Amino acid sequence: MIELQHLTKRFATQGGTVVALNDINLTIRDGDVYGIIGMSGAGKSTLVRCINMLERPDEGNVIVNGKQMQDLRAADLRAARREITMIFQQFNLLMQRTCLRNIMFPMELAKAPGDKAEARARELLELVGLPDKADAYPAQLSGGQKQRIAIARALATDPKVLLCDEATSALDPNTTHAILQLIQKINRELGITVVIITHQMSVVEEVCNRVAILDNGTVVEEGEVQAIFSHPTSKAARRLVYPAGAPQAEVLPGHKLVRVAFGGTQTTDKPLVASLAIECGALVSIMAADTRIVNGQTLGSMLLALPDDDKAAAALEYIRNYPGITFEEVNG
Amino acid sequence: MAELFAGKEWQTFLQILPTIPFETWETVWSTVVATLLALVIGLPLGVCLVTGEQGGVRPLPRWLMALLNGLVNLLRSVPFLILMIIVIPLSRAIVGTSIGTVASIVPLVIASFPFVSRLVETSMREVDAGVIEAAQSMGATPLQIITKVMVPESMPSLVANVTIAATTIMGYGAMAGIIGGGGLGKIAINYGYYRFNVVLEFFATALLVVLVQILQTVGTKLAIKCDKRIQK
Repeated sequence: MIELQHLTKRFATQGGTVVALNDINLTIRDGDVYGIIGMSGAGKSTLVRCINMLERPDEGNVIVNGKQMQDLRAADLRAARREITMIFQQFNLLMQRTCLRNIMFPMELAKAPGDKAEARARELLELVGLPDKADAYPAQLSGGQKQRIAIARALATDPKVLLCDEATSALDPNTTHAILQLIQKINRELGITVVIITHQMSVVEEVCNRVAILDNGTVVEEGEVQAIFSHPTSKAARRLVYPAGAPQAEVLPGHKLVRVAFGGTQTTDKPLVASLAIECGALVSIMAADTRIVNGQTLGSMLLALPDDDKAAAALEYIRNYPGITFEEVNG
Repeated sequence: MAELFAGKEWQTFLQILPTIPFETWETVWSTVVATLLALVIGLPLGVCLVTGEQGGVRPLPRWLMALLNGLVNLLRSVPFLILMIIVIPLSRAIVGTSIGTVASIVPLVIASFPFVSRLVETSMREVDAGVIEAAQSMGATPLQIITKVMVPESMPSLVANVTIAATTIMGYGAMAGIIGGGGLGKIAINYGYYRFNVVLEFFATALLVVLVQILQTVGTKLAIKCDKRIQK
């Protein structure tokens, strides 16, 4: 379990002090694939670097598996870091070493015997699907392959936590998908807790079960991915969930504009718009809609124009009681 | 032209010619030994100049960094011709004499280790900060970062820079002919400069040029060969 308590980090710059992280409180449970998402400059990279003390927080506690990370002495911190490994946007492989020796590197640092380290490295090459690249140098690999080697390297010391710092941001969509699948496999099969830092909502959608939205150094929303996606409440969350802006439309004369957000399975077996027409006699028009599939569930939002007549109140009541839906009236 | 070959210069040249292989060898080995000794001091010093900075892998006290940088700059700013003369007592103390090729190694090393340390410094700065951070995230000690990341990752650049250092040291070594150092420089100075023997002067210089060419070609090839970033 990773607990961040009242985490604050400031940077002194020429223009004065910048608060990169402001009183962050988060709990990441064992086995989570936890997404930390935010725009550039939101403080996500600083946050993840505080977990393994690459960045020292000015205030607050970082507790990983019961250890107060900020209080560890240098040697203990180095030992703790073997259990919290990291992969990076730019892969950060040793360019003058073969893939095999890159994967052996952390074991070499821990002074593991060479033959054992090599056997383990070959196992990991197998796990990440690149057994034939043992003697290749990183320069000979594609971006996706480099990240696979970096993942294998990160797994070499049998970590409990894997930190991914924008690990897919330099990759194309197909490769991103494949790498995320690999990360998910590692989470499920090896039981490693994963923390994913990203600015891509699609990454969170695909693999995370929980998410924290970071904006200007503070956590503005935190919770189950489905819940956040179906009802983004903060401005920052809306900006991320609807990158092109939330569905909007002009109010039609004589109509009420209603935004409904749905998430979960109940919505698909009973079509809302059709049932409104049949059961309330309200003939709504869909002004805008956006749906997406998160962890196999349909999430999305719709903007409905509801004729503002005698049936409107009943129709609103019907929507209110509809399972798995939240709604709000919008004025333009 | 015919006059030249019949003249005294030509006769001296023929007299001296048999000693040329020996003097060439003196130049080669003194360059190699001085370069190696300069590396022994310059490599750790150059590494310290990078790792010892505030925010470096292993920060050193500010005063110590200022001292190291000051020392390097000081030695780099003394012209070699003058440095050779200043260190004569030191050569006597270390080698027992101030004359000869062995004695010339002392000023060569003193003049070149600060230069080597600056070259090493630039090589170390080329190492990707992300790779160092990755090593730190895996629990590497500062010494492990230096020996397993910084030096191996900058090897191509180090080889190229050591080649530059070696060619410079060979040039310095030729200058050491003035204070009694052996080698091709001695021939060029003693016969060419002091006795106006143009033939010997040019011949010795031409041999030095050939040596530098060989050194640089081998160094460049080696630097490329050991660089695994280049796809073959």
